[in-house]
Parts: sequence; C-alpha cells; structure tokens
Amino acid sequence: MNIRCVSVLVMFVTVLFSSAVFAAAPIKIGALFAVTGPAAFLGEPERNSAKMVVDEINKAGGVQGRKLELISYDTTGDATKAVQLATKLIKDDKVVAIIGPSTTGETMAVIPVAEKEQVPLISCSAGSKISDPVKKWIFKTAQNDSLAVGRIYEYLQKNKQTNVSILTVSDGFGSSGREQLKAQAAKYGITIVSDDTYGPKDTDMTAQLTKIRGSHAQAIICWGTNPGPAVIAKNAKQLGIKIPLFMSHGVSSKKFIELAGDAAEGIKLPSGKVVVADLLPNSDQQKKALMAFVKDYQNHFKAEGDHFGGHAWDAVMLIKTAIEKGADTPVAIRDQLEKVKGFAGIGGSFTYSAQDHAGLGKDAFVLVEVKNKDWVIVK
Amino acid sequence: MQFDQILQYVLSGLSTGAIYALIGIGFSIIYNATGIINFAQGEFVMLGGLLTLSFLDLFKLPLWAAIPCAVAVSTVAGLVFERLAIRPLRQPTPINLVIITIGGSILIRGLAMLVWGKDTHSIPSFSGDIPIIIGGATILPQHLWILAITLVIIIVNKFYFYYTISGKAMRACSYNRRAASLVGIDVRRMVLFSFIISSAMGAVAGIIVAPLTMTAYDVGVMLGLKGFCAAIIGGMSSGISTVIGGLILGVLESLGAGLISSGYKDAIAFIILLLILFIRPQGLFGKADSERV
Amino acid sequence: MLSRERLGFLCFALLIALGPLVFKGGYLMNVLVYVGINTMLAIALNLLLGYAGQISLGHAGFFGMGAYLSGILTATYGWNPWLAMPFAAAVVGCLAGLIGFPVLKLKGHYLAMATLGLGIIIYIVFNETVQLTGGPSGFSGIPNLSIASLTFDSDVKSYYLVWSFALAVMLFSLNLASSRVGRALRAVHDSEVAARVMGVNARLLKVQIFALSAVICSLAGSLYAHTVTFVSPASFGFNFSIELLTMVVIGGLGSIYGSFLGAALLTLLPEFLRGANDYDIIIYGSLLMVMVMFMPGGVVRCIADLYRKLAKPKHEGGHA
Repeated sequence: MNIRCVSVLVMFVTVLFSSAVFAAAPIKIGALFAVTGPAAFLGEPERNSAKMVVDEINKAGGVQGRKLELISYDTTGDATKAVQLATKLIKDDKVVAIIGPSTTGETMAVIPVAEKEQVPLISCSAGSKISDPVKKWIFKTAQNDSLAVGRIYEYLQKNKQTNVSILTVSDGFGSSGREQLKAQAAKYGITIVSDDTYGPKDTDMTAQLTKIRGSHAQAIICWGTNPGPAVIAKNAKQLGIKIPLFMSHGVSSKKFIELAGDAAEGIKLPSGKVVVADLLPNSDQQKKALMAFVKDYQNHFKAEGDHFGGHAWDAVMLIKTAIEKGADTPVAIRDQLEKVKGFAGIGGSFTYSAQDHAGLGKDAFVLVEVKNKDWVIVK
Repeated sequence: MQFDQILQYVLSGLSTGAIYALIGIGFSIIYNATGIINFAQGEFVMLGGLLTLSFLDLFKLPLWAAIPCAVAVSTVAGLVFERLAIRPLRQPTPINLVIITIGGSILIRGLAMLVWGKDTHSIPSFSGDIPIIIGGATILPQHLWILAITLVIIIVNKFYFYYTISGKAMRACSYNRRAASLVGIDVRRMVLFSFIISSAMGAVAGIIVAPLTMTAYDVGVMLGLKGFCAAIIGGMSSGISTVIGGLILGVLESLGAGLISSGYKDAIAFIILLLILFIRPQGLFGKADSERV
Repeated sequence: MLSRERLGFLCFALLIALGPLVFKGGYLMNVLVYVGINTMLAIALNLLLGYAGQISLGHAGFFGMGAYLSGILTATYGWNPWLAMPFAAAVVGCLAGLIGFPVLKLKGHYLAMATLGLGIIIYIVFNETVQLTGGPSGFSGIPNLSIASLTFDSDVKSYYLVWSFALAVMLFSLNLASSRVGRALRAVHDSEVAARVMGVNARLLKVQIFALSAVICSLAGSLYAHTVTFVSPASFGFNFSIELLTMVVIGGLGSIYGSFLGAALLTLLPEFLRGANDYDIIIYGSLLMVMVMFMPGGVVRCIADLYRKLAKPKHEGGHA
C-alpha cells in the first residue's frame, strides 16, 4: 500500500474513534425479571416486551440522540438473587434506573437497596404494599391488586351476592390478593364465609371446593395463576357447583381458557385492558397504544401480548418520557417520574405524584367474562 | 358434617391415591431388585404425560396410538438412565446412589424444560368430562379409568412376579442377590428389567392422570415424593400393600385438606411419612428387617 | 511452633482478610458475603455427611429457622440481634436434638427421605404461618447487626462480619475433625456396630453432631437475615438443600476446605452462567452425576490424588 492509502486509512480510523468518543454514551437502564423459575410466566413476557420497546426506541434514533442500553438479569424469582443483582446493576453496571422485579416478594427485598443507593426502581409487581406507604425511590406500573379486588367486590355488591368464599394460592401473588380480599371486604359489605388456600403445584382442589359447596357462599373468588385456577374451574364443574366463580387478573390470558376448556365458560375476572383491546370503544384513550403493543408483540414473539409484558413496556416508556424531559441521572429521572400526568400506557393511564407512586385508578381494570372460548366485557 | 361431603373427599382421595400407588410400586420394584431408591421415579411420570402430548400434537397420532408410543419412549429413557447413571457407578454407597439419582432427576427435568418449555399443557380425557354422581358425590370418567388401569396393572404385576420365570428371578434377587446369582440369575439384567418396568409404570401413571391435572416439566417432583411415601407406608412391597398405602395416603390427604386445613395438605403426607418411619419403618404391613453385621 | 495445619489455616484467613482490597467493594464483594454464608452451611452439612456419614436432605430448613427466628425476634419483638442470634441457635439446636433421636435411628435412603420430609414440613410452616412470617411474600425490615456505633450495613462490613464467623466455624471444625470426637465420628461412619463395640455411644454422638450441624446452620441463617434484611420461604426450600448437598459433594465429603471450594464454586457459577440461565438446572444435575461417577472424593481429593500421581514418577525414574 502506498503512503496515500495509509494516510486515508489512518484518518478514517481516527475519525471513527473520535466520533465514538464524541458520540453520546448510551443511557443504561437495568432490569430484573424472573425469566426462569416459578414466576417465569411474569418475567419472560416482561423481558421480551422491555427488549422489544428498547430496540424500537433505538431504531428510531434513541432518546435525545442517545441510545438506550437495557441490561437485564434473570432473578429466577429468588429474592436473594434479586438483591444481589440489584447491587450489581447499581455498582458494576452503573444504571440510572431499574425496571422490575417481577414479583412482590423480590420487590420488597430490593426496596432497601434502591432506597439506600438512591436509584429509581419501577416495579412490575402487583403488591399494594410496594407503593403504600410511598417510598421516595420506588414506583410501580403493575396495577395494585387492591384495584382488582375492588372491581370484583363492586360487581358482587351490585348483584347482592355478598357472601363469598375465597380460595387463594399459597405464593406471593395469592397471599397478596388474599390480604386485599380480606382488607376490603367490609368496605363493600362483603362477608367472607370461608378462606382456603391451595399450593402452586396442587393438582386437585375438590376437597376445598367440596367444603365451599357445603357452605352458604353465593360466589367463589379464586386468586392465583395458571395452572391452579384451571384445575379449580374443572373441579368446580365436576362437582356441579352452580354459584358464580371469579378469578383474578393472574389468569387473564388465552392460556387459561385453553387449559380450563369448557369449564371456563361464564367465569368472570378483572383484566387489564390489553386482553380485550379490540373490544374497546374507539374513544378509549389507551386503545391505540394497546393495539400497537399487541400487534408488535405478536410479530416479534409469535405469542399473545399480555398485560404482564405491558408492565415492562410501560416502565420503559415512562423512563423514556423522563429522559425526553432532559433527565439522565437517577435523581433527575426520579423527579421527572413524579411529574407524569395522564400517560396512556398498557396498564392504564398513569398519573404519579409525590403521594402516589402507583399512578393508576379504577379504570385500570375492566371486568370480563369468558363466552365461547373468548373474552367479552361485562357491563 | 354431611355424608356426601365425606364421600366426596374419600372418592377424590381414592383416585389421587391410586396414582400414588402406581408410583410407589415403581419405587418398590427397583428397590427390591437393586436396593436403590430411584429419586428420579417422579420424572418418568412427567415424561409419560409430556410425551403423550407430543405424540398427539406433533405427530398427530390418535390417543390410542400416542399412549403406547409415549410409554415406549419413557421406558427407553429409563433404560438409558440405568445404563448411564447406575451401572457405571464405582462406589455404590447409599450416599452416592441418592446423589446420583437426585442428579439424574434434576437433569431429566432440565431437559424436559428445554424440550417442552415451562408451560402447563392439557391432554384430552379418555372418554369425556361428564360427571358421574354417586350418592351425592361426583367423579369424572377419568377417575374410573385411573382406578381400572391401576387394578389391571396390579393384576398383571402379581401374575408377572409370581407366575413367570423372570418375575420369580427378580423376586429372588430381592431376597438375596448373591444367592440369586449363584443359581444362575443374571442380576445385572434383573436390575435393567426393574428399571424398565418402573419407568413404564411411572409413564402410565403420568398419562392417566394428566387429563385431570394437566402436565408440565415439574409435575414429577411432588408426585415422586408422595409416591415414595406410599411405598414406605406399604413397606416397599410391589404388590397390594403399597396400593393400600397409596390409597390411605390419598384419602387422608383429601380428608385433611377438607376438614382441617388446605394450606397444610402437603405437610400431611410428610408427617405420615415421618410417623411411619419413626414408629414402624417396615411399613404397616411389612415384617421387621434384620440387619447383618 | 505452629503446625502445618495451623499455618495453612492462617494463610487462608489472611487471604480472606485481604479480599476487599482486591475486589474494592464492587459487586463481587456482595457475592463473596454469600460465599461466606454458604461455606458455613456446607461445613455444617459436611460434618454430618462427610464425617458422620448421615445424609440430610433438609438442611435448608435449619438455615431458614435461624433466619426467621432472628428476623422475627428483632423486627417484630424488638429484641437485640446479638441476643436473638444465640437464642435462635439454641432453639434450633434443641429442636434438632429432639427430632434427631428418632430420625437418626434410620439409615441410608430412609434417613434421606425423613430429612427431606422434615425440610419440606418446615418450609410449609414458613409459608403458612402468615401472621408471624409474612407467608410467601416474606418479610422485610430486619435490622442490620451493629457493635456500639459500627453498623454492618455495607458489603465490605458484612463481608468481614460473615467471614469472621465462617473462619471461626472452619477452625472449630478442623479441630473437631482431628480430635477424639472426630475419630469417633469417622468410626461411626465406617461401621456403626464396630464403633459401638469399641465403646462409642454412636446414637448419642449422631444426635449431637446433628444438633451441632443445625446450630451452625442457624447461625448462618441469622447472619443471612441481618445482612439481606429480608427473608422469604423460597430461599429455604428443597432446592436449596440440594444445592448444599452439591456443594459438599463437589468439595469432597470430609474435607473442610473442600466445603469452602464447593460453596465458592456453586455461588460463583451462576455469575459466569449468566447468559445461559435456562441451562443451569441441567448443569447442576450433570455436575452431581459426574462428580459422583468420576470424582467420588470431591474436587479436593481429586487434586490431592493428581498431585500425588505427578510427584511419584520422580521416584520411579530412578529405576529406569
């Protein structure tokens, strides 16, 4: 090669390197999801959605000219690992915000870390106690299970079916729901006639349902995630139980209908709007974002975009809007998050404030019913 | 307490108990022929259900063809497990055997997770879902299938072990391995047979219960443990005692969940296990063992 | 003059003490704290399994009991953590002793299943007694340990705290192994009847070592509770008991340093397998099987054997 080629090459390489130096460093966002393990049905769609939306943002040029870098770790649903990995994200990877974890138990474990290191945490889990009482650095995008419970109780009160039996799964999701079911009963005039639990891996709940059948309950509320509720639906059908069966938003997915088969007909549950996006009236301000999310997720992952994935999508978008307002440090992002008003997300319309880090209201849930193996909205 | 409620608890418990019994017999067969407790027994139950699913969905076989295929593949898996894990063991101390079978069960579970994912899957019932009413309690046709198939297997077992040469040879091994090999029985082949039979039985158990309970990569863990409890209650026999052990376990669990507390249901099985081990380790029906020094 | 073993231990302790200087309070510091806790647990199980030859598949239960007792007494009832810890250890030790009498009459697989059942029952109790333990969601707000004005709330401080305990446990176990008690344990392992004939009260000894093992687990649990400030039943289930077993088997039954190696390997392994999370369950299973088939003495013994084999040819070369 002659001297001219070499000098052009040198110049080219120098320009390349210097542009790399001058190009803005990516903004690092940490994520803790339970991608494997017992909470994988939460963590996997969350991680998928987060990656999907970060990729899209970057393809469109990033935020304020800077790309987003998502550093996501698998906690396997273990609180100890969640704490370890949160520390790693903050100390080693130096992220400006953390999304997740997927379960309430893990979130409660990670809260002290986030508070101490002063890094904003946007949790994707449903436990009401995450944001109640309010903690300075902790936000959540998942709807509070208190809202879901309220929806069901409201309907029952209206239909004068106030004696209920509750059947909850003995894991974090179920026990959190159970707490809320008991705490809010009085407010809606509901009497809890019996309170039973079942294990996440149990395969037969006829014993509990037999007990419920013999009581004077007018409705059964089951709080759990697949496959338990499907077994319960089938058992209830087998035992010839006629009183209405309500489920939680934990099973607002087509998978539940598939598993429960015919036994799912007539079951009602509170659901995030994403599951019935196409049934919403066009006037609903969330409809556009919901339809886009569902279509996108289907294209990317060949699977139903559910509202668990939606929590992560909301979290990333909220951080994006904070960055758009000029924030790129943990403190600034936290402050901007608190100022969010009326953000039309997947989980609902978010409005945060200094006293409210959960951001959602009653409209986050709609009551749906299974009819002909599909969802319909209950008026 | 109403009669029909108790009847319901008992009936539900009987069908769950039948599954525990089948798994327990699987444990006993291997233990009797080899002295090994195969912690991976529960995984063959899981394989039976998931393989049936694959044969139904992927290969589009009808149910009556998918089931034998699934059992066949599970049996091969049992064979492979024996060859790879048990036979090459240089120091077959109890500790090593426990650890290797635990390791094996984890490995099989992990492979299943890779192949079938973490989702739960359902399998169609053999003959529909219309409940049958018996004196105020209801059961499903699938429950009848479970009880019937369990009965058939027990009869076949009894016939095999008492009226065929290879069955008698296996029983000889369980009484005294050295004496058995002295009379010309190939002990190693008996070990292989025991694994084949146990994995086949486990697979069948998994298939007949899957339409009721659905199946996933990790159903084997608890089922295996409870099946072992059934075997202990029955004194590690491969016959009627273990079946009764399983049925007792299933019914007590069901009654406990309904009458006492549903949260502690699993604990009931293990408390019974501990009580039996403390008070009567040879099982309810076994004879006391003497140990050679 | 210090014996070789003592010198070896001092070197090891020194290396541990210098750890923070090398890792400078980064994320790895946090992991090393857990290595310390797991080392204590692995040693506890090794005393029972490697020396006395008794299998336990339920040790996570004792770990959990220590953690929950410490946590509940300090967070809910306001006890002083330094009082709660020995109290918890005493309670766990007594319970283990009591249940040990009937349990340790069993042998081999029956013992394995009994301890398995015990561990699961303890786990279910953690899950169900929601008033006390917070149930499946666990409970937080456990205070850090502190001495006078020094609170152990950072990774480096927790490291020193945990490793002080871990080193103490190591020293104690090394001494135990080479004492009369240690020899009696190994006698019981080899042949219980022969040991009895020689005058060893095998039954009592087994129960004592079971209780001691439980006490160490309880201490580790208390330290865990005060370091993480949060406990939930999921960390104390059957899966963790299996992890502990794997640590001990990999390190080598009967080797105290091996337990440290096993604990370190299994705690650090997930860090390197970060990308392949779905495969880690397969790797655990394969590890267990491979270790038992090809390296029954554990990694430490394997290395020792290799060293001996390599050292040999020097002598045989003289005959050529």
